[in-house]
Amino acid sequence: MAGAGGGGCPAGGNDFQWCFSQVKGAIDEDVAEADIISTVEFNYSGDLLATGDKGGRVVIFQREQENKSRPHSRGEYNVYSTFQSHEPEFDYLKSLEIEEKINKIRWLPQQNAAHFLLSTNDKTIKLWKISERDKRAEGYNLKDEDGRLRDPFRITALRVPILKPMDLMVEASPRRIFANAHTYHINSISVNSDHETYLSADDLRINLWHLEITDRSFNIVDIKPANMEELTEVITAAEFHPHQCNVFVYSSSKGTIRLCDMRSSALCDRHSKFFEEPEDPSSRSFFSEIISSISDVKFSHSGRYMMTRDYLSVKVWDLNMESRPVETHQVHEYLRSKLCSLYENDCIFDKFECCWNGSDSAIMTGSYNNFFRMFDRNTRRDVTLEASRENSKPRASLKPRKVCTGGKRKKDEISVDSLDFNKKILHTAWHPVENIIAVAATNNLYIFQDKIN
Amino acid sequence: MLSKGLKRKREEEEEEKESLAVDAWWLDPGHPAVAQASPAVASSSLFDLSVLKLHHSLRQSEPDLRHLVLVVNTLRRIQASMAPTAALPPVPNPPAAPSMDDNLLASSDAALSASMASLLEDLSQIEGLSQAPQPLADEGPPGRTIGGAPPGLGALDLLGPATGCLLDDGLEGLFEDIDTSMYDSELWAPASEGLKSGPEDGPAKEEAPELDEAELDYLMDVLVGTQALERPPGPGR
Repeated sequence: MAGAGGGGCPAGGNDFQWCFSQVKGAIDEDVAEADIISTVEFNYSGDLLATGDKGGRVVIFQREQENKSRPHSRGEYNVYSTFQSHEPEFDYLKSLEIEEKINKIRWLPQQNAAHFLLSTNDKTIKLWKISERDKRAEGYNLKDEDGRLRDPFRITALRVPILKPMDLMVEASPRRIFANAHTYHINSISVNSDHETYLSADDLRINLWHLEITDRSFNIVDIKPANMEELTEVITAAEFHPHQCNVFVYSSSKGTIRLCDMRSSALCDRHSKFFEEPEDPSSRSFFSEIISSISDVKFSHSGRYMMTRDYLSVKVWDLNMESRPVETHQVHEYLRSKLCSLYENDCIFDKFECCWNGSDSAIMTGSYNNFFRMFDRNTRRDVTLEASRENSKPRASLKPRKVCTGGKRKKDEISVDSLDFNKKILHTAWHPVENIIAVAATNNLYIFQDKIN
Repeated sequence: MLSKGLKRKREEEEEEKESLAVDAWWLDPGHPAVAQASPAVASSSLFDLSVLKLHHSLRQSEPDLRHLVLVVNTLRRIQASMAPTAALPPVPNPPAAPSMDDNLLASSDAALSASMASLLEDLSQIEGLSQAPQPLADEGPPGRTIGGAPPGLGALDLLGPATGCLLDDGLEGLFEDIDTSMYDSELWAPASEGLKSGPEDGPAKEEAPELDEAELDYLMDVLVGTQALERPPGPGR
């Protein structure tokens, strides 16, 4: 399987040549906690890119139309809308503060001129409508241009209001609020292929919602033991199948994935398929369970495969084979000898996400030191790239990075001990069609494009 | 909170080497050079660390369940390896290792899981409360308030066998600061009964099953008209 670090990408063939395109966010060394990006998601067309942050805000970028007079701009992303999705709340019954941090954003498929997305914090999911207004009505009968009401008895003639163009205004309004259904922290939301329902998952339960109905949700998975003393496993991620509206998967802290079919029973506590790779006895340690905990699960666009991310690797599973993954890609195997230190500073609990490219031929995930890793499933090649301001010259090619695991450190290599574990890339997203990627590095959002694009 | 990991400075390299050696041992359990003493030392320092992490996690007002479960499972693994003769059933004290002086570490597996279990149980009880908005307040009598992590609760208490449970007073303590006079009001129940008892005394009386034979006879006579009303109808029921 692909090893850690990798060679360069020669031009031509299937290899990508990633170039810097844009970076969003403050350059300031002092990062405000609220500005830390906590989720990144392209919409179905890729024209919109949404980010959520710890301060509960959502920022949506829109891709500019390609302009023949500025061929190099090649569709830049600029701010389209910014709004406060969630506010900090206080639960008076439990005396707890509920964080406003946006855990996940998921777009709904577009059905009319407006855009819809779901955003969630630990407890509450909200459906937001983002709509454009570029016309304004003028010539009302009952009110003046400045909004003052007219006396109806003074009106002697009626006129038809006229629509006049105005500066584009993008409005975000909350259309539904789905609250009070989760006792534990929500880690995932997933829109169903039926476009009518979605699921939300917390540590112990998964609920099914209808997008129109906010006062009811169906509990479809409940792994809470009758006696909490017996709790040894939690749900870490869940996702609907991209085509089969009755199928979803959820992953656990013990490195297992369960596939459930909602047609077989109303409560999906019993799985249809159970995916687990047997533990390798030679690499067993006290930390085996922690590093096997799955932090993200994503179906391929085809729906035939799914990918899971644990602490040190990314695994691709064929849905027809439960016994082991069909591919395992090492993200940063050099950390295996550092697990004790990473346990000490809690980095071992970091939850990295992963994503597929549009054709399912490549996968991407983040690492430390602002590195992120990309694996080409066809050529079996992998590459380590860095999101940093130093590499941020317009259209500059990204140079592959290499981590020195022992022995003499070559020029341009970085030793494991010099890695900055504060600079973690947990959230990445790949455009659904083109080779454009968005990488969140703490409070900055980097956008890279493939030169051969 | 941001990770505590920092770029390593030169002075810390030696610590790094030590932990690397320990890690290497874990990767290679069959290593011939490992003496009996060093595994215990290595395990016990990891044990200490895990106990500290467990404390920290439990002290949060709303613990991260995944973090908590993973730390506890790891702690159980370490304890199992430190007491190789016993299976997981509680050992009164883990096998003596040099750093075990501290009270913190003198807890047994039973106490640890008991306190963790009781705290997780509290979480589920809190959940039960949040889903049942009925006035539980009429249980009234003052007890300890729950709130977040009780401010005075030290690390020792968390591991003490009996005191780990925040709710050992039951639910009574939860609502002591809520004005329950509204729920104690007598207006509701008796009033509804009062309304019912009126009509019951009248024409419905003859259908009341509790009437005895004498009264029935009397009523029959009244109905038939053979006897005038001599006494007022008795109290209903």
